[in-house]
Amino acid sequence: MAHDTGEYVAFRNVQKSYDGETLVVKDLNLSISQGEFLTMLGPSGSGKTTSLMMLAGFETATNGQILLDGRPINQVPPHKRGIGMVFQNYALFPHMTVGENLAFPLEVRGMGKDERETRIKRALDMVQMGSFAARRPAQLSGGQQQRIALARALVFDPKLVLMDEPLGALDKQLREHMQFEIKHLHDSLGITVVYVTHDQGEALTMSDRVAVFNDGRIQQLAPPADLYERPGNSFVAQFIGENNKLPGIVEELRDDRALIRLATGELIDATAVNIHKKGEKTMVSIRPERVEINTEMMPENAHLLDAEVREIIYMGDILRARMRVAGSEDFVVKLRNSIGQRRLNPGEKIRIGWHPQDARALDAV
Amino acid sequence: MASITQTAVPASSLASEGMPLKIRLARAQARNRRRAFLLVLPLLLFVTLTFVLPIGQMLQRSLYHDGFSAAAPSLGQWFSENPEDIRPDEAGFAALAADLRYMKEQNLAGAAGTRINYNVPGSRSLFTSAARKADDLEAPYRDAILGLDQKWDDPRIWVAMREASSPWTSDFYLTALDIQRGADGTLERVDEHSRVYLALYGKTFLLSGVITVICLVLAFPIAHLLATLPMGKANLLMILVLLPFWTSLLVRTTSWIVLLQGQGVLNSLLVSAGIIGEDGRLALINNQTGTIIVMVHILLPFMVLPIYSVMRVIPPAYARAARSLGATSWTTFRRIYAPQTLPGIGAGVLLVFILAVGYYITPALVGGADGQLFSNQIQFHMTRSNWSQAAALAAMLLAGVLVLYWLYDRLIGIDKLKLG
Amino acid sequence: MRKLLLSTVLSCMAFMSQADVTVMSWGGAYGTAQNEAHLKPFTEKTGIRTRMVDTDNAASPIRAMVEAGNVTVDVASIELADATRLCDEGMLEPIDPAKLPAGSDGTAAEEDFFHGGITDCAVGTDLWANIIAFDSTKFSGEAPSKAADFFDTEKFPGKRGLKKNPKAVLELALMADGIPADEVYAILETPEGRDRAFAKLDTIKKDIVWWEAGAQPPQLLADGEVLMTTAYNGRIFNAYIEEGKPFEIIWDGQIYELNTYAIPKGAPNLEEAMEFVRFATSTEGLAEQSRYISYGPPRKSSNAMEIIYKDEKTVMAPNLPSSPENRENALETSIEFWVDRDTELNERFNNWLIAN
Repeated sequence: MAHDTGEYVAFRNVQKSYDGETLVVKDLNLSISQGEFLTMLGPSGSGKTTSLMMLAGFETATNGQILLDGRPINQVPPHKRGIGMVFQNYALFPHMTVGENLAFPLEVRGMGKDERETRIKRALDMVQMGSFAARRPAQLSGGQQQRIALARALVFDPKLVLMDEPLGALDKQLREHMQFEIKHLHDSLGITVVYVTHDQGEALTMSDRVAVFNDGRIQQLAPPADLYERPGNSFVAQFIGENNKLPGIVEELRDDRALIRLATGELIDATAVNIHKKGEKTMVSIRPERVEINTEMMPENAHLLDAEVREIIYMGDILRARMRVAGSEDFVVKLRNSIGQRRLNPGEKIRIGWHPQDARALDAV
Repeated sequence: MASITQTAVPASSLASEGMPLKIRLARAQARNRRRAFLLVLPLLLFVTLTFVLPIGQMLQRSLYHDGFSAAAPSLGQWFSENPEDIRPDEAGFAALAADLRYMKEQNLAGAAGTRINYNVPGSRSLFTSAARKADDLEAPYRDAILGLDQKWDDPRIWVAMREASSPWTSDFYLTALDIQRGADGTLERVDEHSRVYLALYGKTFLLSGVITVICLVLAFPIAHLLATLPMGKANLLMILVLLPFWTSLLVRTTSWIVLLQGQGVLNSLLVSAGIIGEDGRLALINNQTGTIIVMVHILLPFMVLPIYSVMRVIPPAYARAARSLGATSWTTFRRIYAPQTLPGIGAGVLLVFILAVGYYITPALVGGADGQLFSNQIQFHMTRSNWSQAAALAAMLLAGVLVLYWLYDRLIGIDKLKLG
Repeated sequence: MRKLLLSTVLSCMAFMSQADVTVMSWGGAYGTAQNEAHLKPFTEKTGIRTRMVDTDNAASPIRAMVEAGNVTVDVASIELADATRLCDEGMLEPIDPAKLPAGSDGTAAEEDFFHGGITDCAVGTDLWANIIAFDSTKFSGEAPSKAADFFDTEKFPGKRGLKKNPKAVLELALMADGIPADEVYAILETPEGRDRAFAKLDTIKKDIVWWEAGAQPPQLLADGEVLMTTAYNGRIFNAYIEEGKPFEIIWDGQIYELNTYAIPKGAPNLEEAMEFVRFATSTEGLAEQSRYISYGPPRKSSNAMEIIYKDEKTVMAPNLPSSPENRENALETSIEFWVDRDTELNERFNNWLIAN
């Protein structure tokens, strides 16, 4: 998974507006290296698909520049960009067989019959669909259509492949399987992939880097682990994974250490991420699995909070406890279902705490 | 259904209560089948009453006419006793005299004469006037009848009577093919200046083809616009497309006359704009051009609607996919978009063509000398109560349309038809 | 189908049998004319109630009723051609001409009526004509006055309107070619005669604008699309009297047809029906009808009367196809000829239309 350090795709100050009043994409700057698997993640309307369509050439940027391999492509029509694309509903041509679908990009490139057939066979074998060339798309299952769509996007050897929520229509099990296969193809072919999804699990498992979109902007661009463990702002913390949030005011700020006074008056420790001065409002984010209920496991003189257990949900590998903490009814704690784990009962009053680096003081929303 | 039964039986052929599963399944299904049949029964009756019966009757009429055979039993007898090529002898004329008396008695001379008149023009009055004097006829009948009118010696009348002595006849189809029975009973083409049906038949199909093609060329972009415009504007355009449906055919046709005639709006505009001179007024109506213009206008919605309904559901992703795969916009249109509109095109073409083939009011009103089409002949025979000839012509039209339908099925496939 | 039609007609008629004489006519202006001129005065005079039933062409319902043996109509207004056919088939009551009223001048009915006005089962009520009409404002010098002028495109250059139908067109062609009216059908019976008619049509073929519906010719004249056109005289009269159009009629070579009253076989009130027919077809009865519509009475004595249009000022004689001065070269359509030759000549006519 060694990337070129060079910049293969670049968005420079790109803006997009449909109605001339509001910007759907606001000042997008993004560099993607050759061979990278980059995912654009975000809720619908966040600008991720628009950005992808601008890269594909189906939408024109209102402002700014898009570069492909160092060349500005704003004026290049989509069919001359040489970018492979997989669509949400596959977009396999219904009036053509699988073979004809795959031949199409080769024919329009004026490729000879023999070479076409070699390539089609290779592409179909690649997705384990070698014997389906004569079928029509309507005769295939969703997963099979997905593979054909993938093979068609790859058959003309594009350097860059765009995928627009390609697995959205599949059931969970098939989706997970296809995630694996796409990742595998990416690794073995060395292509650059820009992948759009609103499914954070998909983004985290497949990507080298994830760009989290919201409100027309990239909120954070980071490898999956960083994104989960070190969310840069409260949107990302909220959007990626489960998250407890405690609103408060900055009481003390020393380097990256902060002391936060909650609305209910208690003080807690946190790592300062994007707070800047004393007295500022903040939102402290703690992952449910990082909350500690065994006081002896907590660092010395850590601040503890009172909690009352409201509900225990048995989930097999873990136990999910909903508690009342600092005025919030929905504080969630995940407990490993292991031998020696302390058992909690609804109504029980306990003390909870955490390591200061796991509590992140973010911008107040 | 059969496969279900087969797999179910070996699994447990004797189910509870001792009744084999197969029988219980059959009973359960029979109940459903009965219910389903009852549901479609009204439709079945409707189709039979309004479609199968009338068309069956039309086909029967095109081959059946008992106007003469019912009025001439004696001649029928004489014809069956005498093989084809015998000239009428005294016995033949005696039979004719007997039948003329019978016709007078039963008031059948007009009907019998009308039937013979279809084959030999001018013979209806021959029958009615002869029947009027039938009671005065005495042997020898040959001389007596020829004394009434020498035309009774015309072999063509005897050939026609022989053919008409059976109610089942191919005469009406022969006429429709510009063929007649000669004096010796053999088939021959009619006089050059009477040949009309085949020429009109060909012209009707040709003109319908031209109209269909023009409709297609005009409807395709309109339908595309309708399918891609935002809802509000598309609805407005749709109203414009449907407007011709809401005005009476006669009003529309008349407005076209006002627009296109020599002293009409269009010509006057062109003259006042100096584009054409006062002597150069264009002949846009009362000729083939007029027929085509007006019929295209009337039939356009029938082409737009099916194409639009197909285009509306073609996702834009196909075109994008094609473009991303390297196709120019023209290739995308030709190889991806157009083939997917084919079911709508097929439906529109078939609809417009069939409607055009059967039109007659419009060509009659704005077609001038060229405006007579095949249907006008059907209408002519219907107003003259010659149902059999009208039916034979209509059956020919039906046959032509069916042949085209079969060709369509062979070339494109009828399963690809999408009416909306 | 026929049974269905029949039962509908019968059920519609059932409640009408209250009236003593039921007259079935064409409706519209024509029906109104007969109602005003015949039905109302008849009731006034005799006390016998009358009722009018409208239909498109009474011949078909009459045939259906007689065949079904359930006749609810006493008198029907039908074309002479249909009357002749129905009479041939025994579907009409015979009418004894001797019992028809003599003319106001004392001439016996058989002498007073025009040819064709009295047949075995029908009595003529009016005649209407195919005539040539033109717009008088389009002629500053000499205006056309003869049938031959219609075919003279050198003297009167311009388009000609003609009905797209051989009937009345072939006859006109021969008359324009100099054949007197009484010889037209004898010549048309011969192949040479038919060739001659088509040859005459050939001379103006490129100048013809063909019309199909009766409403078209006045419109063609008004729009200036044609210089002259054949037309039904009633349509031209209406355009002239109602809309003030400057249209004029050339009566030379007019081809007229008759409408009649006939009594269906088995009419429920035969005596009253006969009385009605006698009343309506008297000299005065026929003249009265022409006060409402420009169709001429087929009795010489009626035409001798001064008939004034319902506007109380227009003298009808110059507008009626039956006036002696308009009948100098007039032709009665031959029913027999057209029954015999209809199909044949239609085929030839269409063949001629297609050929260039």
